[in-house]
Formats: sequence, structure tokens, C-alpha cells
Amino acid sequence: MNAFEFMLRNWREILALTGEHLLLVAASTLVAVAVGIPVGLMLTRKTAWKRPVLAVANIFQTVPSLALFGFIIPLPFVGGIGARAAVVALVVYALLPVIRNTVTGVEGVERSVREAAVAMGMTDRQVLRQVELPLAAPVILAGVRVATVISVGVATVAAFVGAGGLGTLIYRGLRQNDDRLMLAGAVPAALLALAADAGIGLIESRLDARRQFARGGAKRRALVSRVAAGALAVAVLAVAGLALWRSASRADVKVGSKDFTESILLAEIFAQGLEARGLSVERRYELGGNLAHEALVAGEVDVYPEYTGTALMAILKHPPATDARAVYERVKADYAARFDVEVGPPLGFEDTFAILVRGDDARRLNLKTVSDAAAHAPGWRAGFGQDFMSRADGYEGFARAYGLRFAGRPREMDLSLSYRALAEGQVDVIAGNSTDGMIATLGLTQLEDDRHYFPPYEAVLLLRRDALERLPVAREALQSLAGSISTDEMRRLNYEVDGNKRAPAEVVREWRRLKGVRQ
Amino acid sequence: MQPEADGAVVRFRQVTYAPAGAGAPVIDALDLEVRRGETLVLLGESGCGKTTTLRLVNRLLEPTGGSVLVEGRDTREWDAIELRRRTGYVIQDAGLFPHFTVGRNVGLVPALEGWDEARVRSRVEELLRLVGLDPERFASRFPSELSGGQRQRVGVARALAADPPLLLMDEPFGALDPLTRSALQREFAALQRRLGKTVVFVTHDVREALLLGTRVALMSAGRVLLLDTPEAFLRSEEPLARAYRETLRTPWEVPPGAGGDA
Repeated sequence: MNAFEFMLRNWREILALTGEHLLLVAASTLVAVAVGIPVGLMLTRKTAWKRPVLAVANIFQTVPSLALFGFIIPLPFVGGIGARAAVVALVVYALLPVIRNTVTGVEGVERSVREAAVAMGMTDRQVLRQVELPLAAPVILAGVRVATVISVGVATVAAFVGAGGLGTLIYRGLRQNDDRLMLAGAVPAALLALAADAGIGLIESRLDARRQFARGGAKRRALVSRVAAGALAVAVLAVAGLALWRSASRADVKVGSKDFTESILLAEIFAQGLEARGLSVERRYELGGNLAHEALVAGEVDVYPEYTGTALMAILKHPPATDARAVYERVKADYAARFDVEVGPPLGFEDTFAILVRGDDARRLNLKTVSDAAAHAPGWRAGFGQDFMSRADGYEGFARAYGLRFAGRPREMDLSLSYRALAEGQVDVIAGNSTDGMIATLGLTQLEDDRHYFPPYEAVLLLRRDALERLPVAREALQSLAGSISTDEMRRLNYEVDGNKRAPAEVVREWRRLKGVRQ
Repeated sequence: MQPEADGAVVRFRQVTYAPAGAGAPVIDALDLEVRRGETLVLLGESGCGKTTTLRLVNRLLEPTGGSVLVEGRDTREWDAIELRRRTGYVIQDAGLFPHFTVGRNVGLVPALEGWDEARVRSRVEELLRLVGLDPERFASRFPSELSGGQRQRVGVARALAADPPLLLMDEPFGALDPLTRSALQREFAALQRRLGKTVVFVTHDVREALLLGTRVALMSAGRVLLLDTPEAFLRSEEPLARAYRETLRTPWEVPPGAGGDA
């Protein structure tokens, strides 16, 4: 299946995500215009403020978008996850072109015209509304045009904070090494940017034309303006309709997941279990970083899959521990007390860090354990995910526990890219996930953690207690999954998605059918 | 607008205009009065302060010393908007609003004053005819579709729209070609005889000053060197006035009394 066929087959999702994308861009551009134009006009009146305000707007513009989203998430009121934080970030980017062009446009109005307006006895407001604004309009609109096009691009990053949009496909494609997914996100985003550019350009040229000529070609311009106005109306209606439709969908349970295949699969398994029990489910998958946890605490999702070790250290900030049973009990008690969240029974497998080398190397050097590999490490290049590099049970402690030294500092890279890098010989050792389907696909060998450095990472589902009380049937669904997925099964499910490029929902349906249970 | 007891519509009292950081004052202890119904021409070179003097009248600028009285009242006590709506203003490149039609440009001040649409329209037609433009042909055009002379006619019409008793004109014909300029000067002189407005007119063209002025104020370095009728200006021994007079002579002009009696 090539990218084009893929898009045709998945047009519904692509359309829905395009709608979300459009909504984000429209909302943020409207806010940027509503804030930016008045600020720009204020700056033409209070000229002392002009330089500092433009300088600040300029600085915001230079912050990389991913970092900006990171800064906004923890902020009160405007932060958090979802569309609100994304709109705030997009507004920050869109402000500079709007403000700058408003100032430039107004200052570009001919001196004699401005002076005549004042001398005619127009009030400042009248000068602004009747003379400066209409004459500056084409320049201001050019700023809005730039802002919109920037927003279409930056909005792809919004997927990172769970705001949806076409970035969802791009990120999913990056994670799954699937070019078709990336194209399915990138191509509509590019088309959207072109359409926005052309659409606003049309209005712009019409404004300019009205100023330059009187009667010549009036009819044609009327037609153009009607088409532009019509297109704008359709876009606004579509966006409004989408917003209504989205706000109208109030599901019984909101199921979240982290932004990797296994988490999505586990979430989907639970979601389909709930649906089999007659509940409606809203899926809010692919929440990056700690967003899934934050969303759970905030009530934006009711449930998501987690690992006991991660909960213990990354979220509860306890020191590492090695006994699986003790870790589970500790996490369960703390979650109940601190977050009013129920920790479901272990699902049956662990997803721990897997120290991986190429199968060839393992056979050639007869490597079984990490200790075996320690002797070869000084000649190896390592590539680790950001997660492994930064967490308490990650690289530093690991290197100390085994007395490892690599050739140079490990390269920090995206987890899914590190698999590729290992297979292609760019690095010699990586830290993957023990259930990853790529391990088999790429012919990698997992080295045993013979010193038991890594804490237990049992997969569990975390569920808000208020949801459990509201929906007793959800507890039944939770219990029925206890011990139901083996490590091998999980690897296979992961492989179906990552290796065979199948949709998680379809893979889960098949698994449920094979199991023949109402899980 | 009631003149003062002595007939001055505008009066400058020891007016100084010296904005911070500008060095020498632009206007320096200026005393001047504009009488009701006269056309007072401010004549001088670029930078002599004549335009500044004009802008002090409708409070586009405020004096840094002394006071400017309009109708006996300090401009700073006037509501600036009211003062400007009762003071017509015409500038060199007309300053027409490029996004307004000719009709809307001319009808601007009446519209601001809240006249109803029909009254504005008939006033616009009347004024366009007054400045020699056919309303049928011109009212719906945009300034970019007019010649320089036509634009300047519209500028005059706009300044006259709300029938202001006082008219300020800053080199209104300065950018026109000589033939158009000469035509407009003559038309304006005729118009002024009919309307009897009080006019302050800024120019650096001595011919224009002598043609249009009831009195001519010769300005230099922010002061008035000479203030008198055109006839007196022509006889004045003031060196700058003599220099201006010299420019009226052209190389091929026959000097008076030379070779005419053969």
C-alpha cells in the first residue's frame, strides 16, 4: 500500500485531524488578531513602548516550539494538556507578525494624509478607524497571513500536548517508522498552509485593489470578494460545527495512553473491553512525557496504562526498588492516598529496559548478560533515548552498577530511531523496551540484567476512583484483565503494529477474538 | 466666529516655538494679527517658520512661549476638535484620503459634524461646482484618478465644506505645473472675493503672494521682517523684500524707461 492509497483508505481520520488542525489554527489566529492589532495600534500611539514590546514578541518567536509547549504545560489557567495549551502557544507565535505589521502599516500611512485627517478635526479614534486602519489594512492582513501560515506549521507540534491535529499522524509515523503516516500528516498540513496563504492573499489583493482603483474591473472584484467571503464563511461554519460536534461527544469513559505503541495497545484493549460492556469510550491517546499522568490527575482522562517502576520513581519520586510485589503494593497505596486513583491488577508482563545489541555481535562475542558486554563496552558507541538518559533508574546508575564505560558519551536520540541506528551499525548498544516488536524484526539480542539493576516494570491500568464508582462495570473490566497478557503476547501485538504496520484497534480486535473472552 | 474688538480673528502674542533639542527657536517672539476677511500671506524661504506659524493656529502645534488667540481665545483653551472643524486647511499635496471617493473626501467634515446624508450630498455638489469640477463626473472618482490640479481643487472644496470662517492654506498650489498653478491662483482670487473668508496663506512664491495677499508678511528665522500691503511691499527698502522683488525681473524684461521712447 503506497502513501496515496493509505491516505485514501484513512481519509476519515485524516479529515477529522485536519478539522482539529484547522480549529487550532483558526482559534489561535483569531486570538492573535484580537490581541495583536490593538497592541500594535497602542504602540503607534505610545511610541516609547514600541521597541521593548516588539523585542519581547521577537524573543517569543525564537523559542523552539517544542520548548515553548514544554514551558506552557505547567502554567496555571493557560497550561495543562489539550487544545487550550496548544492555542496559547500558537498565539505566542502568531502575535509578532500581527503586531509588527500593524505598527508598520499604520506608520506607513502618508504623513500628509494623517496630518490632513487631524487638521480636519477628526478625533484620534476617527483618524484611526476611518483613515489609518483602512489604509494599513493590506499590510496588517499580510501580517495575519504570515501568522496563519506559521500557525499551520507550528500546530503540528500541538500533538505533543495531546491537542490533536495533523501532528498526531506525523508523530505516530515517526514512532512507528512509517513514512505513509508521516506523509498523511505532512501533506494535508502543507496543503492547508498553501490554502490559508492563498485565501488570505485573495482578500488582501482585493483590499489593495479597492484602494488603487475606482470603477475599472469592479464587477470582477465583486465576484472575487464574494468567493472569498463565501470560502471564509464555509471555513468558519466548518470550524464551528466541528467544535460543537466535539463538545457534544460526552463519553462514559475517557481512555488515555502514552505516546508509544504498547501503551496505545493496552489502552485499546481496555477501551474495547469497556465497549463490549456497553459503555461509550472517548480515546485520548498518544500523550507525551508525563502528560498522561497529569491528564489523569486533572480528570481529563479516566484511565491509562502505566508501569509500576515508572509510577514508583518518575511519578511518586521514590528511590528505585527491586522487589516486584513490594513495588506494586507501595504504588497502589500511594496512588490511592495521593491521587484517589486505583491501581489495577498486574496485566501479566513486564516492560523493562532491554539492553540490546545486534544479534551478530551477540553470537560472535558470545554475549548473554550485561556483565559479559562490559568488557567490550569501551570500544562501543551507545545510543539511548531521552527517557533513559534522564531518569533515576536510567543511564547513570546503570553504568555505575556494571562499571560500564563507552567510547564517548552516549548519543541521546529518539527511542524508535535508536533501534534503527543499532541495526544500521551507527551505534553498538541501545536501551530498548523488553516487549518491543522491533527486537525480533531487526534481529536484536537482549542482554540479561544479571545484577538486577532495573526495577520491576509491571504493566497495570490506572483508573480514577470516581470513574469506578460511577461505572461499576469498569471494575469488572479491570479485574478481567489481570494476568491476561504474557510478555511474548505483548511483543507479538507490538510487532503487528510496528512491524506489520497494522492499526492498533484492528490488532486488538483480533487478539480479543483469539482469546474468545469479554476482556 | 466673532472677531476681537480690534477686528483680529487670529492674534499671535510674543509667540515662541522652540521644541526641545531643536537648537534655535523655529518661531521667535512673533507678534502678528490676522484681520477679519483679509488674505494674509506668509512669504519666506524654506525653514523660515511660515508653516509652523500656520500649524500653531489650528493647534497642530502648541506654542512653547506666548499665546495664540483665535477669536480672542487662547488655542489651548479651545477644544482642539472644535477649533479644527471651524478652520479649513489645505496643504501642498492636498492630503486627500486615497481610500475615499472625491465626494466622501469633500463631505468629510460635514459628515463628522453629523449632517444628514442628503444635506452632505447637496453640499458636496455645490462645492465641487464652486471649484470647477462637475459633480456627475467627479464625485465617485478616487483621488488616484485625478490630475494634480483637480486634486488640489478637491482639497480646497474639502476645506470649505463646513463653511469655516477661517481658512489656512499651506502652499496649496506649490506642486502644480505653471499653467495650472496660474489658473488656480486666478480662480482662487475670484472665489475669495465672493466668499470673503479670512485666509492665512503660506507661500515662497512672491508672485503668488502679491497676487493673492491683502497683506504680505515677510518672514525670516522665525520673525516677521515686514508686514504690509502688496503695494507697500513693492516699494519697501527692506533688503529681503528687495531681493524678492529682484526675482520678479526676468532677463528679457525691458527695464523701465530704457529704449521705449525712440
